[in-house]
Amino acid sequence: MLPYAYLSPTLALLSALTIIPIATVFLYSLVDNVIVNPNPPVFVGLDNYEEVLTNRKFRGALGNTFYFAIVSVVAHFIIGLSFALLLNTRLIGNKTKAFFRVIYILPWVFTASIIAILWRLLLNPHGVINFVLLELGFVQEKMEWLSDRDLALNAVTFINIWAGYPFYMVSFLAGLQGIPDDLYEAGRVDGANSWQLFRFITLPQLRPIIVSLALLDFIWTVHQFTLVWMTTGGGPMRSTEVLSTYTYKAAFSSHEYSIASTLAMIILAICTFIGIFYVRNQRMADE
Amino acid sequence: MVGSRAQIRRAKVLTWIALLLGACFAGLPVLWMVASSFKSNLEIFAYPPALVDNSFSFGAYLAVLGDPGQLRFFFNSYLVAILVTICTVVTSILAGYSFSRYDFRFKRFLTLTIIGVQSVPPITLMIPYFGLIVWLGLYNSYTALVLTYMVFTLSYAIIMMTGYFNTLPRDLDEAVMIDGGGSFVTLWRILVPISLPGIVSVGVYTFMLAWNEFLFALTLTRTNDMRTVPIGIHLLMGQHSFEWNQMMALSVLGSLPVLILFLLFQRYFIAGMSAGSIKG
Repeated sequence: MLPYAYLSPTLALLSALTIIPIATVFLYSLVDNVIVNPNPPVFVGLDNYEEVLTNRKFRGALGNTFYFAIVSVVAHFIIGLSFALLLNTRLIGNKTKAFFRVIYILPWVFTASIIAILWRLLLNPHGVINFVLLELGFVQEKMEWLSDRDLALNAVTFINIWAGYPFYMVSFLAGLQGIPDDLYEAGRVDGANSWQLFRFITLPQLRPIIVSLALLDFIWTVHQFTLVWMTTGGGPMRSTEVLSTYTYKAAFSSHEYSIASTLAMIILAICTFIGIFYVRNQRMADE
Repeated sequence: MVGSRAQIRRAKVLTWIALLLGACFAGLPVLWMVASSFKSNLEIFAYPPALVDNSFSFGAYLAVLGDPGQLRFFFNSYLVAILVTICTVVTSILAGYSFSRYDFRFKRFLTLTIIGVQSVPPITLMIPYFGLIVWLGLYNSYTALVLTYMVFTLSYAIIMMTGYFNTLPRDLDEAVMIDGGGSFVTLWRILVPISLPGIVSVGVYTFMLAWNEFLFALTLTRTNDMRTVPIGIHLLMGQHSFEWNQMMALSVLGSLPVLILFLLFQRYFIAGMSAGSIKG
């Protein structure tokens, strides 16, 4: 019984605050008139799911969410790996590398609401980014990055890319330092060039980390709320509406708790599906 | 590395260029945040923009620090983050010890469940939490925030703590047990003191997650005296006139705790950050 005794605080907290709430939200999604509705609750089966899945707003939010998540994950991977390789080079002294490492990690120190407000300042039509782009001739007029429906989703995705790459960078740095030098030496003896060393030694060695990071990041980006909520709030004209902002509005603006619960279950299903691969990958890394 | 001097020289120059470009990408926005916090609100969008202009003053900082309402955000954030950190560290030490030193029936299932909790989206839990917290009479309280934050800090903390304990030889605790110490004594007298680096990693990482939390702080508190720093920034944004300089000053002040923690515990921080995702 002793091991369970040590686990009891964890088990109590997790069952009270994950298992029961998930069961509750699932129940809410099967019922109409929940929470603040004077009418008695009615069991409606999967009607709410049908209503959500056939809704155009939902499909828009789903598309935005996947675009946001996939572009973010790919860019995080490329930037994170490039920076990690830069910081792992032998061409630069250790002191210099330590200095750049701190700068490169900076975006990660800031919480999402601060990142949101900072980029609203930078991307403001009268802001410094428009000034620089105008001076360099990249744009002809002041761009409304966050309030133009054709630009906003890319702008928000860019902000998320800036905010999230350090996590990859740090993990890759740890991974790169764990690759034995012998492998590279053996490669060089066989006459491999730097690209081949990277392609056939570095990448395969980092594979487990890459898979873990990409899956975890995909889950996080799918339920990212703060950044979108505080930069665009899902607008303009729902052009940056993602599943989490859509769910939040359904619950706290429209008070359609059954619909919000249905949306919450759909997000959970997507994240669980990805989560299964993540857990399996973790298990393989363990064994 | 085999290569002529000229080749190495060229590689060095290219590396430096790449390093500086990367530094601009990562650092310039932050520099602009700091610079803007020292401007007057009228000069924020001055044309042409300057990093430092003649409106330079500490006015925005004085305005933030002189406002009891905004100081309260900091007090709340510190209190909640510290409480979450203490509770998470203690709970994860107990759980990590159990996972590391015992074999029991549902061990595999429970480990996988705890790893799986990492993928539960906060937004899914938001609606039932709202109901549950109101029902428990905890709406708009510190307890509500501490308990709900722990759901998201605990799984990482347990994974990290279990991993750390696994690196310590079992002979250590067995020696104490033979001398007549119980498992609880062994844990606190022997394992905890030598696990300090692991515990610091867990603590720092937990503090940061709690300091940054937004969604539950937004939905589970109502009055301004219960709001945390991230929500404080949200509230400043909701006002009619944008006090950009004050928002930037609040952002700088709100990021300092994490930045200082990071600079002090960089090594632990990075260990903690990667442990959650890599090893499990």
